[in-house]
Amino acid sequence: MTTAPTTNGTTGVELPQYSPKDFTSNQDVRWCPGCGDYAVLTGVRKALPKLAIRKEDYVFISGIGCAARFPYYMDTFGMHTIHGRSLCVATGVKLANPGLKVCVVSGDGDLLSIGGNHTIHAMRRNVDITIVLLNNRIYGLTKGQYSPTSELGKITKSTPMGSPDDPVCPLSLAVASGCTFIARALDIDVKLFESVYLRAMTHKGCSFVEVYQDCNIFNHQAFFYATQKDTKPENTILLEHGRPLIYGTNSDKGIVLEGTMLKSVPLGGEYTESDLVVHDETDRQLAFLLSQMRHPQMPEPIGVLYCDPNHPTYDDAVQEQMDKAKASANSTDIRQLINSGETWEVTE
Amino acid sequence: MTTQAQMPPKTLDAVVIRFCGDSGDGMQLAGGEFTTTSAIFGNDIATFPDFPAEIRAPRGTTFGVSGFQLQFASHEVFTPGDRVNALFAMNPAGFKTNIEDVEVGGLVIVNEDEFNEVNLRKCGYPEGYNPLNDDQITSARHIVRVPMSRMTREALADTGLGAKDADRCRNMFALGVAYWVYQRPLDATLRHIETEYGIKKGRPEIAEANSIVLKAGYHFGETAELLAVKYVVPPAKLKPGKYRRIDGNSATALGFAAAAQKAGKQLVYASYPITPASDVLHALARLKHLGIKTFQAEDEIAAVCAAIGASFAGDIGITGTSGPGLCLKAEALGLAVMYELPLVVLDVQRAGPSTGMPTKTEQADLFLAMFGRAGESPCIVIAPNSPANCFDTAVEAVRLATRHMCPVIILSDASIANGAEPWLLPDYDAIEPIESNHPTEPKDPAIGYMPYQRDPETLARPWALPGTPGMEHRIGSLEKSEPAGAVSYDPANHEKMVRTRAEKVQRAAKWLPPLKVEGDQSGEVLLLGWGSTHGAILTAGARLRASGLTVGCANLRYLNPMPTNLKDVLGRFTHVIVPENNTGQLAMLIRSRFLIDAVPLGKIQGRSFGVDELVAGVRAILHDRKEATK
Repeated sequence: MTTAPTTNGTTGVELPQYSPKDFTSNQDVRWCPGCGDYAVLTGVRKALPKLAIRKEDYVFISGIGCAARFPYYMDTFGMHTIHGRSLCVATGVKLANPGLKVCVVSGDGDLLSIGGNHTIHAMRRNVDITIVLLNNRIYGLTKGQYSPTSELGKITKSTPMGSPDDPVCPLSLAVASGCTFIARALDIDVKLFESVYLRAMTHKGCSFVEVYQDCNIFNHQAFFYATQKDTKPENTILLEHGRPLIYGTNSDKGIVLEGTMLKSVPLGGEYTESDLVVHDETDRQLAFLLSQMRHPQMPEPIGVLYCDPNHPTYDDAVQEQMDKAKASANSTDIRQLINSGETWEVTE
Repeated sequence: MTTQAQMPPKTLDAVVIRFCGDSGDGMQLAGGEFTTTSAIFGNDIATFPDFPAEIRAPRGTTFGVSGFQLQFASHEVFTPGDRVNALFAMNPAGFKTNIEDVEVGGLVIVNEDEFNEVNLRKCGYPEGYNPLNDDQITSARHIVRVPMSRMTREALADTGLGAKDADRCRNMFALGVAYWVYQRPLDATLRHIETEYGIKKGRPEIAEANSIVLKAGYHFGETAELLAVKYVVPPAKLKPGKYRRIDGNSATALGFAAAAQKAGKQLVYASYPITPASDVLHALARLKHLGIKTFQAEDEIAAVCAAIGASFAGDIGITGTSGPGLCLKAEALGLAVMYELPLVVLDVQRAGPSTGMPTKTEQADLFLAMFGRAGESPCIVIAPNSPANCFDTAVEAVRLATRHMCPVIILSDASIANGAEPWLLPDYDAIEPIESNHPTEPKDPAIGYMPYQRDPETLARPWALPGTPGMEHRIGSLEKSEPAGAVSYDPANHEKMVRTRAEKVQRAAKWLPPLKVEGDQSGEVLLLGWGSTHGAILTAGARLRASGLTVGCANLRYLNPMPTNLKDVLGRFTHVIVPENNTGQLAMLIRSRFLIDAVPLGKIQGRSFGVDELVAGVRAILHDRKEATK
């Protein structure tokens, strides 16, 4: 850590100039070599020095699973909790101290299966936290069972004849739950991750970033259709607010709205750029349609699907009620409260 | 000739009355008002509200009956009483389900208007039968028929109030009659009616109607010379001081609020609605001005986890629930044991297993609190022994959790939570501050903050808070080593940590008061109970002593760790009998810890012990033992 100060834009307080090393704990990272989690850890460590937040104000919280080892590797305050409950613990931390910057990092089993209920409720309350979902579509730590994001028919140890479950779409769930910032990134696209993560961390409210993450042991190449140099341009579409939805190796395809459905079309013939849907981050309906674009029928969106920075947060609402109660209370002396109601004296 | 009305009132030491009717008939309100009035009058009181889980069961059915029993006396009372001296029955269903509890010769005042064909059929009486005309029933008790429905409507005839609203005032008529029978003043109830309906709810017409009917009931008693005798229960000689009436859940909420203030901290109370604990959430939700945040979580697990998160961030984290919720919180409680963070868990026990009987009392979560978690995960477990005692217990729970850095489980129960008694207001300023250890810099800057560097005396770890520069650290659910808290799978370390966490809890005993024995300090019988059985045990003990036995009574407020003098106390008595509202959980703990032949005396009926049955139970045990040694 050098001492060259920067200025925190909101408070004017001088902040130390951090480097990724300042956020690196002394613990050996124990993920399998080649795991997609490494890239995300590096991305987070690189992104934090760019935020005007003091190191001691971060709290990283996780559930259980490979991804959930994340807090141990960050030299910040951290809590490795129990399976599925990271968001409840995070909500409690924010209730107690809304000034802390809380980031939850966990996996698809943790956040969408055992903890699925809490994901809905943290999002609809708009608790001011950032959720990073490291989605590898498999249970890694328990050695290879299918997860709630595994595709239909997935053959795993627990589904030798193929998974009979339809997977949940994390982004659609986030839209439906009222999440106020929704994005998708890729583990190996460090630049994209960093830009999306920085926006998520500066968003006021509940921000959600799904990361396509490769489990190279139990589900290797699950997302190669979207993450590799040769596949990414054809199978993903980078969302940019105010820009038309164009994709393809030669930027020769686009997305149009037909009725209530999005449709991929070639550009140059029947369709021109002006026919295409223009991305609008503030449009929740559009965000839902985008979230439903699935490979191989459609390119899958990456970048920021939705952002509503003005929605009141749970933290603020709680604080406002408390301020209001304090302002209108006749007394904040607990002795008066103890003495309230019908009282009577007993004398000798 | 002396008329009945001129006869002087008869003085009684203690009276047990019960109001009963439909769950929508306002019986809890009537009972509550009678309680307050009697308390202000100076009687000692103990109450037993008994209501169905259904909010509005079909009208007139026996399973929709709601009851409120109270004992008021000119001496100290510890239970709501066994046999009912006077029953106020608002309908046949209430009559049917409660008449057996009325003593022979007891008073039964019924709303005769409701004893019509339809209502009699609804509660399952045979066609054409009316219990009020059954000699067998009426000869055993003094039944007084009062046309309460009709007279309530007539009293309100000029107010223009609709029939439905008018009928809702019938409970006030019954209460008015009750006030006349026992010569109580009306003013406290009139004041309460005015505040509740007139001011808070903005319905002055309802306030007026209730006042009219209350007075009408009272005057009816007087004018109709309803009974040959009226009764007076003189004030009790209570300890001097200022009192108010309090129920257990309210006292618990106030205790938590007071504890947070004494700790100089904000309180986060995270809970999921569950009978019979929800009133604590309701009470605390109204105290935001004291820095209290309540969080109605999406489920029981989220509630306890939020409390743990709040605690990590430096607030007093508390979660409240009942048995089914405590089951769900088990894993997170283990996490708090592992984290070694302060956490208070309130379990207002109810009859189980499973959903069981949600509004009925039981003490069967003791093992759950002691052992109901994965792995070796000891918690401090304490239990209040009366409604007012919940205040002290709540303060103590927060103090123990912060001093010993571990979860504290409070085992209250439905009878304590809903029961009420006079509360001698505590001297708030005399309550010791609650201290917590929040280091702001590492002991050794060279190695940094060591989150598991223990206090040599308590073995508690320090509680460094997020937001403190230089104190960044991680805590986790994985086993860890001291003092850094780094993840460790080392076999010997695990054993050391398990034993250290257990030892830390046991060391808390050093700060606890010794177990107090009431009555004989040694001799034949020790009645050892915990929680809400306290009152019945004290009263039964006194009665057994009066019959010539030497009997000591003790209430174990600290179930884990147990008081250091318990072994000594147990050794001073020939027989140790353990009355509990379960099949013998404390008895089993005592047997296994102290290798003595403690005898369980269980009652698992969703109700607290009556004094009679406790006395009979003790006698039966002693008889059996005598037989066995012949």
